[in-house]
Amino acid sequence: MVDTVVFIVAAAICLTGALGVILARNPVHSALMLVMTLFGIAVQFVAQEAHFLAAVQVIVYAGAIVVLFLFVIMLLGVDRAQNLELSVLPVQKWAALVFAGGSCAVLALLVIVVKEPVTGAEAMGGSATGDENVRLLARSLFSDYVYAFELTSLLLVIAVIGAVVLARKPKNMSDVVTEEGSEA
Amino acid sequence: MTGDPLFLDGVDLADIGIMAAKVLIAFTFLLVATMFMVWFERKLISDMQNRIGPNVAGPWGLLQTFADGVKFFFKEDLRPENADPLVFRLAPYIAAVTAFLSFAVVPIGGSFDGDSSGTVTIFGRETYLQVADPPIGILLLLAMSSIAVYGVMLAGWASGSKYPLIGSVRASAQAISYEAALGMATVVVVILAGTLSTHGIVAAQSGGITRWFVVSSGIVPFIVFLIAATAELNRPPFDLVEAEQELVGGFHTEYSSIRFALFFLAEFMNVITMSAIMVTLFFGGPAGPILFGMTWFWPTIWFLLKVLAFLFVFVWFRATLPRLRYDQLMHLGWKLLIPLILFWLMFISLKELRAAHDWNWFATYGAAFVALAIGTSLLLAGLRAGDRAFQDELEEA
Repeated sequence: MVDTVVFIVAAAICLTGALGVILARNPVHSALMLVMTLFGIAVQFVAQEAHFLAAVQVIVYAGAIVVLFLFVIMLLGVDRAQNLELSVLPVQKWAALVFAGGSCAVLALLVIVVKEPVTGAEAMGGSATGDENVRLLARSLFSDYVYAFELTSLLLVIAVIGAVVLARKPKNMSDVVTEEGSEA
Repeated sequence: MTGDPLFLDGVDLADIGIMAAKVLIAFTFLLVATMFMVWFERKLISDMQNRIGPNVAGPWGLLQTFADGVKFFFKEDLRPENADPLVFRLAPYIAAVTAFLSFAVVPIGGSFDGDSSGTVTIFGRETYLQVADPPIGILLLLAMSSIAVYGVMLAGWASGSKYPLIGSVRASAQAISYEAALGMATVVVVILAGTLSTHGIVAAQSGGITRWFVVSSGIVPFIVFLIAATAELNRPPFDLVEAEQELVGGFHTEYSSIRFALFFLAEFMNVITMSAIMVTLFFGGPAGPILFGMTWFWPTIWFLLKVLAFLFVFVWFRATLPRLRYDQLMHLGWKLLIPLILFWLMFISLKELRAAHDWNWFATYGAAFVALAIGTSLLLAGLRAGDRAFQDELEEA
């Protein structure tokens, strides 16, 4: 009974937030709506007794990633309602509609067709304390999924290095800029 | 760890009553402590600067904060024309609510020596002297401090004005940078305690000063935590967020009346909460000798005294240290604190692993030393290359 109520309320929060992300005119409002969705998902995690995941959801996604989104929005000065008519590719709207409909269809199909576990991985059972949560998660992350985990971290390192390289002014480029500046 | 024994045998009306009382007491305590803290800071800093400080309202100016609070209520509530109405109103509440919530996990009393395991008996029911002992424990603090960034950031943006925006961008960059060091210093404690629960962390430190994590983790995590906490709180010398000389008042420039009061309240409340968290993580929480009579009473006294010591330290910082420049702030955070605490985290993990698996002492620490030497030289080379590139750029410019 309580579980159902919690699920319905949290799901409603998630969906409201998700709708808000796409419907809000102002990018900052969209980002805040995303935070709302993330909180809803955190509540769902708690309801499933995945306390650690809920905490990480709030700390990493709401606390760091969306803050970075906001950061970019504020620094780039796109924090105004944008005129959507100007920057649209001709078929963009129709393509978006097709993709969205396709995704919904695939999801619905999955819900209807799939009756048994897909990955074959066992559900992580354990007592509901936060410590046991962490222990189980760490064990599966660093044993069964260690390659995926390490490859992901490698990918992140590559992304960081790429960002640094792109952000750095190359030496000869800065020479060009100063020469142009002195000419002007 | 089974959590608060109050809820073990189902929940009845008395349990709810005790819970409500705990929430009410914690709430009132925080508010009164905040009032006292503002007075304490102003009085102490005026002593350090050879001034008198507030001395008109009440004995020794004790009621000054109260008078200020009343004044805030009666001031006009202004909203700039360019402000985003909804977000402008939302931001102060985010700041205030997160400040309240993180205090909930702090155990403020109860004896942890011997078999008593931190429970006290109220009306025939055993319970912990803390509002909540959630399974995520200390992670709640990290979650709340990362949500608190929103309060500052949105306040600055929603004001629709230059200085608050600069202040809030600085604030969020600073908070994100130092959260990493703060989190890793916390992880060292969590590894040593073997639990996330704040109650468990305090229980793991019972039995004498040498068991306190400030000693048994080596002093390094505590120092890193103290510096990172000062930066998270935007306290001097890390108060670039509201550097008066540059930014008028920082993110809350456009706020007035009770909305400004909420930010002010949140800031001082966070100082108290952070001090309480440091006492919990590193100084054994309410641990201390029970001198005479009333056994349940002394731990709370020790806890309050330890928190008071930290409050003093924060004011002392403010009176002593000049504000850092922005690049110095980032330098300290990224190039010094994070590598240092990362190294310490690995060292402590290795130590625990060696003890658990009974590895050979020389082989373990020999390998660790070689890895450390390689890592440090790589890091130093990288830092030097970065500095050189920066110098080149300066010369060219």
